[in-house]
Amino acid sequence: MNGQASGLDRLLNPIRRLGNAGLFLVTAFSRMRFSRLQLLETLRQVYFAGVRSLVIIVTGGFFVGLVLTLQTYDTLSRFGAADAVSTVLALSLFRELGPVLTTLLFAGRAGTSITAEIGLMRATEQLDAMDLMAIDPMERIVQPRLLAGVLAVPALVLVFNVCAILGGLVFAVFLMGADPIAFWGNMQATVELWRDFGHGMLKAVAFGFLASWLAVYYGWTARPTSEGVALATTQTVIATAITVLILDFVLSAFML
Amino acid sequence: MSESSPPIRLQNVTVRLGGRVILEDLSLDIPAGKVTAVMGPSGAGKTTVMRLVTGQLKPESGQVWLGEQRVDQMNGKALNRLRRGIGVLLQNGALFTDLTCFDNVALPLREHTGLPETLIRRLVLLKLQAVGLRGAADLYPRELSGGMNRRVAMARAMALDPGLMLYDEPFAGLDPISLGVSLRLIREITQALHTTSVVITHDVGEINKLADYCCIISDRRVVAEGPPSSLDQSDHPLVRQFLDGQPDGPVAFHYPAPTMNEDMLSVGERQ
Repeated sequence: MNGQASGLDRLLNPIRRLGNAGLFLVTAFSRMRFSRLQLLETLRQVYFAGVRSLVIIVTGGFFVGLVLTLQTYDTLSRFGAADAVSTVLALSLFRELGPVLTTLLFAGRAGTSITAEIGLMRATEQLDAMDLMAIDPMERIVQPRLLAGVLAVPALVLVFNVCAILGGLVFAVFLMGADPIAFWGNMQATVELWRDFGHGMLKAVAFGFLASWLAVYYGWTARPTSEGVALATTQTVIATAITVLILDFVLSAFML
Repeated sequence: MSESSPPIRLQNVTVRLGGRVILEDLSLDIPAGKVTAVMGPSGAGKTTVMRLVTGQLKPESGQVWLGEQRVDQMNGKALNRLRRGIGVLLQNGALFTDLTCFDNVALPLREHTGLPETLIRRLVLLKLQAVGLRGAADLYPRELSGGMNRRVAMARAMALDPGLMLYDEPFAGLDPISLGVSLRLIREITQALHTTSVVITHDVGEINKLADYCCIISDRRVVAEGPPSSLDQSDHPLVRQFLDGQPDGPVAFHYPAPTMNEDMLSVGERQ
């Protein structure tokens, strides 16, 4: 009987968590306020979540571009279509790899940091102190971090894509001796601004929102112990990775 | 006494948390404009009393009054209005670690007053001067000792000149110098701002120097109250055990367990 109960519990737990996360989001939206102080705090969070993620995004982007071009150049050369390498690179990056990989890197770098910060604020009674000063922690802590993710991830996707294309350019043109005019010309001729680039940026906004929502939610609900905060940061990465991949499939299916 | 330093009244309050009764039919009157010490053994429900007064917790039954206002029936905006008139010092200070001491103290002023920044600067420096830490204004909490952190938190708690100051275990873990400084500050703040001060503590040795009025909570209710000198005369076994620091008495030293013999003989079974 107990085994059945715990099995059912295990089954219902993710659904319960999803419902709680939804309620948390509704509460956060209902308490949103836009003042000068809030705007300044949001910009500060964009700096912490976005600017401080640049190293991993630039490095990650460059090497993804490099290895993607290496693999596709080799394959396409077998069919005599090496000139199409820039098209494959750009389409893969703009449509899928840019938004998805950037969000996964963002979750690992900034998402975990947001979760740990909020979790520790709860453990050290900082959220209680705020509440007692009649300052709404939802408004002061959650809102700026939520908005920062929505603003930072699309910007980081742009940086990632630029670095990846540069990585591709370095491999194809400087190492393999491909024609630079063909490299840029083919890319410009085949990539559509809205259908390829625009849809990718829409995904970036959706993923940024999802990643920051999960990061603040897991931080907010973390048990106020060192073990609880550690568990919450792990959950943030796992939940973001799984939901981003699922959402990517759903959005891709609708956008094609 | 004026409404700015309100008396606190808890009437027949019962609080249950997670199925466990924390306070049962507790009644307590805290006088206005004085320092009241709320004492009792760990886990007796002292902090619960504080959470009732700030509206963080609602009682299962009973009433909580702050001056003329019924706290247990307040919600949302009314509670926020109430809390602007209450300064709370939490046990570890709870300073915001990403802000300097100056910004910590300035936060409630910036959020609630709309004063120009030049005036806020002067007010913050005055508050920090009062706790002896004007020179630490630009430091972060991590650069200060635990005692200093609590003094900055004290400056932040009195930033809006509240009528009621609540201190949760302000002396826990302090060295004798910091303890003496904190004690003097609590008395000075109460006199200078004409506030009602409630100090939650189990520091029996400092009570005579600190409090005008005391109450001891144990076994889910108030077991003694009055001026500190009157508590020394009490014959109540709980009061005696608490004041004399006896390991055994109504409050057991040992956590409930089977007998030693049973436990020793069943070592194998436990594994």
